[in-house]
Amino acid sequence: MATPAEGGGLAFDPMKQFEVKPLFGGDVINWYTPTNVTLWLFLAILAVTALMVLTTSKRAMVPTRGQSMAELAYGFVYKMVEDVTGKDGIKYFPYIMTLFLFILMANFLGLIPMSFTTTSHIAVTAVMGFGVFIAVTILGFVKNGASFLSLFWVSSAPLALRPILAIIELISYFVRPVSHSIRLAGNMMAGHAVLKVFAGFAQVAAIAPIAIFGVIAIYGLEVLVSAIQAYVFTILTCVYLKDALHPHH
Amino acid sequence: MATEATDVVEKAGPGMPQLDFSTFPNQIFWLVLTLIAIYLILSRVALPRIGAVLAERQGTITNDIAKAEELKQQAVEAEEAYNRALAEARAEAQRIAAEARAEIQADLDAAIAKADAEIAAKAAESEKAIADIRAGALESVRDVAKDTAAEIVAALGGKADAKTVAAAVDARVKG
Repeated sequence: MATPAEGGGLAFDPMKQFEVKPLFGGDVINWYTPTNVTLWLFLAILAVTALMVLTTSKRAMVPTRGQSMAELAYGFVYKMVEDVTGKDGIKYFPYIMTLFLFILMANFLGLIPMSFTTTSHIAVTAVMGFGVFIAVTILGFVKNGASFLSLFWVSSAPLALRPILAIIELISYFVRPVSHSIRLAGNMMAGHAVLKVFAGFAQVAAIAPIAIFGVIAIYGLEVLVSAIQAYVFTILTCVYLKDALHPHH
Repeated sequence: MATEATDVVEKAGPGMPQLDFSTFPNQIFWLVLTLIAIYLILSRVALPRIGAVLAERQGTITNDIAKAEELKQQAVEAEEAYNRALAEARAEAQRIAAEARAEIQADLDAAIAKADAEIAAKAAESEKAIADIRAGALESVRDVAKDTAAEIVAALGGKADAKTVAAAVDARVKG
């Protein structure tokens, strides 16, 4: 079964790595069952704690290597929030930092061989994507009242075009959470599936060197993608937040 | 071959595990718990701590720069004071030198004047002595000439009248 058959029946399934399984045996997955998702989410918490809390425990004036990484992450996201949303967006910085660090750590943890990538699941990314969408929409109405709707009324366009643009803007607004969450899950899933496919081909002696080289190359790419997708998710969140705080074009 | 393929499909369940909606409540529950945990860790512990460290460092750097600026100012002031002292000392030295020079010059002038006066006095005295000697010599020459003339006249057999000879010699000497 495990030996590669001549007819192309390689015994591997690139999607098997994404299966949700109960951690302590059994088949039933209730909403409270500890699963491999639970384990890797917990490890993400540990990773965030290790980066942001343990390294800074000394509060050194001259930072150690770990502390400078924590400060770098802090400064990076803080500056992003400040640049994109302006001064009044700073109070939402902890929420955005939470999203950024969680996605970053979950993406990187997923790159450990045999691990489970929580951010490759649409259920996970959709919660975050729609969470951001709903929070930002409510915030927009609370902050601006009905004038939040001027986000869809492009006052700089000719009057005749405005209704059409309003429809387009409205559609694009409601597509945001979908694209926001599917972008992340899709990137993660595709990369890991491709890795698995190359790893599967490595079972065949003839193409093993190429396949292994492919695994290395794709792995390098995936490291990049992991960081970039965390960045993209975060900066889009900032952009949506900016729209809620300053809806006027 | 075909059975193997169906085996795999059966094991994997309906296609992508991502679209297996039965696991959604579970994932969402644990995710929300995770996000809340990370948010609490960050907002209660990590972010205030890092923010404080960064602010403290910024403060220290600003303080140090201010202190350095102050020290630099002090150094500039010290240099100015030093230069001023140096200039004063130099002026004082010049003044003292000029005074000494003037004093010496005055002494010198007085000494020269005194010497000049002495020299002039001595010169006058000497001149007078010379004049005396010269007058004495003239008189002697006249006496010698009178005596000689009287002797010569006597030798020549004449009778020398002292009065006439003296008058003749006086006329000759004057002439």
